[in-house]
Amino acid sequence: MPVAIFLALWEIIARVDVLPGNFLLPPFSEVVVEFYHLSASGVLGENFLSSLIRVLIGFCAGSIAGIVIGTVMGWNKVADRALNPLITLFYPIPTLGWIPLLMLWIGINEMLPITLIFICSFFPVLYNTITGIKNVDRDYIKAARSLGASDMKVLTTVVIPLALPNIFTGLRLEAGMAWRVIIAAEMVAIPTGIGALLMKAESLIRIDIIIVCLIVLAIMCLIFEKFFAYLEARMTARWRQDAIHNR
Amino acid sequence: MPSITVKNVKNYACRSVNLEINDKELLVILGPNGSGKTTLVNVIAGLVEYQGTVLFDGISVDRIPANKRGVGYLFQNLVLFPHLNVAANIAYSLRVKKWPQQRITEKVRELLKLVNIPHLASRYPKNLSGGEKQRVALARALAASPEVLLLDEPLSSLDAQTAKYLRTELKQIQRRLRITTIYVTHDLMEAINMADRMAVILDGSIEQVDEPEKLLFFPCNDRVSDFIGAPNILDCDYCKSTEQGVMEVGCRGLKLIVPHDGNVIHKIAILPRHIYVSENKPRGPGINGFIATITDIIFRTDTVRFCLEVSNNKLVAEIPYHIFEEMDLEKGKEVYIILRMRRIRVFENKNVSFDKANVY
Repeated sequence: MPVAIFLALWEIIARVDVLPGNFLLPPFSEVVVEFYHLSASGVLGENFLSSLIRVLIGFCAGSIAGIVIGTVMGWNKVADRALNPLITLFYPIPTLGWIPLLMLWIGINEMLPITLIFICSFFPVLYNTITGIKNVDRDYIKAARSLGASDMKVLTTVVIPLALPNIFTGLRLEAGMAWRVIIAAEMVAIPTGIGALLMKAESLIRIDIIIVCLIVLAIMCLIFEKFFAYLEARMTARWRQDAIHNR
Repeated sequence: MPSITVKNVKNYACRSVNLEINDKELLVILGPNGSGKTTLVNVIAGLVEYQGTVLFDGISVDRIPANKRGVGYLFQNLVLFPHLNVAANIAYSLRVKKWPQQRITEKVRELLKLVNIPHLASRYPKNLSGGEKQRVALARALAASPEVLLLDEPLSSLDAQTAKYLRTELKQIQRRLRITTIYVTHDLMEAINMADRMAVILDGSIEQVDEPEKLLFFPCNDRVSDFIGAPNILDCDYCKSTEQGVMEVGCRGLKLIVPHDGNVIHKIAILPRHIYVSENKPRGPGINGFIATITDIIFRTDTVRFCLEVSNNKLVAEIPYHIFEEMDLEKGKEVYIILRMRRIRVFENKNVSFDKANVY
């Protein structure tokens, strides 16, 4: 309902010419028409697909690496002591800060945005995984050992399942963030994708196209976050004391 | 089932502990918080580091890791795995040992029946009551048919009524399975009710190991006596059966009714906190009620102890400080006391059955 009111107000304000006309704020209906044109011509689909593939590859690789290394660091004190200083050093660097260096190292190709997404996903998932693994109550580990479980069994059957809520928090936050980063990367350095389309629209002063791109971006952020919230609920809501069922 | 020997075990909480637990016995380790009783149980389970030796049936298990010691452990806070339902919690040790699925299902069904919760198989721990969780934890500890069962204050988080009920059930299950069991508690009455033998641990050292009655009536030193609540111990002059599950005993002029049906009673014991003290004559039939004179008042942290004289017997009674404040009691004053019948413990002469000596 609030979204419908917002869209109606947008349409009215743009139509009554309170602002300097369609030039700076096209009516919502014109944005919808443009969305149709861009979709029909395949421009939007092509650019969207480029961005989606980059996000999926970078996000999956970054998350898997974050979960694996985070699990090792959370479980093994030696690995934690060895890697923690390095991670602490690199984590504060903003993802987009890597662009100049990566442009020189990798060049301007598909690997550049994928690497950026990888970096953007890796660190938060890593930190959440480490926290999740370390926060598992030692009594559960003792109980599993007394029930005959080896170290590896304790890790796979007790520790990782109990760390899942933390791991999912990392995944959920970074699923949206990956889209924000890909747009920024495409705007700065890559000629294809939603970000690149945004930049082209800006140079042609096509505000309707810019708004179409922003809407697509907002929807994708939302879908990714909701997907992980759903997955988290499916995998943990049955047993969590603080389970949220209506995400 | 093995006997267990703990030889000269030392670590951060235990100071040279020596202890023998007999085959199929239920030994209660009794001690205050922080006395090292949980650590001692963890040593036997292999969950903490220690110096010294632990032997099962005379064979050292010091180098055997916790997951291979064949010990069932019921933790104080139960530690049910929250991500597994009741059946999966119970089946955990069997899955780890790679039992075939059909045998696991059968064993879980059998254990659920043993602890009377077959209807809870698919529930998650968050949806169980305290008593139900306790039963699941016990079934899980028993699942892999352990040779030794360690129970660390398993009833401490339950309300008194549920704890009483489950205590009886735990004891029955232990008797039925004939499994060597160590039961940790800080509650004297719970210990007395459960134990074949009791070991009192204070500041990381075992002070006394004995049968419950012997420990209560013959504490080996003042520390043990103080810890178990410095019971009043009275010698009995005569003993008469009333044939209603109770006996009448005479202790230097005090005629007492005690819950007992068996051999001749030699001594009786009652803890100071189990003697009711009142300024006014209590209502009721007056069983075990007497008039006593206060000879001394001793103030403790949260309680007040009265030294009382009644018919040439010296008794000590204890009441909470906040109740003392509401009363007007002083040395030399007369008070009404009741020795609570159900709280009186008896020490019987096992060689003299009541049939052989009605009065002695």
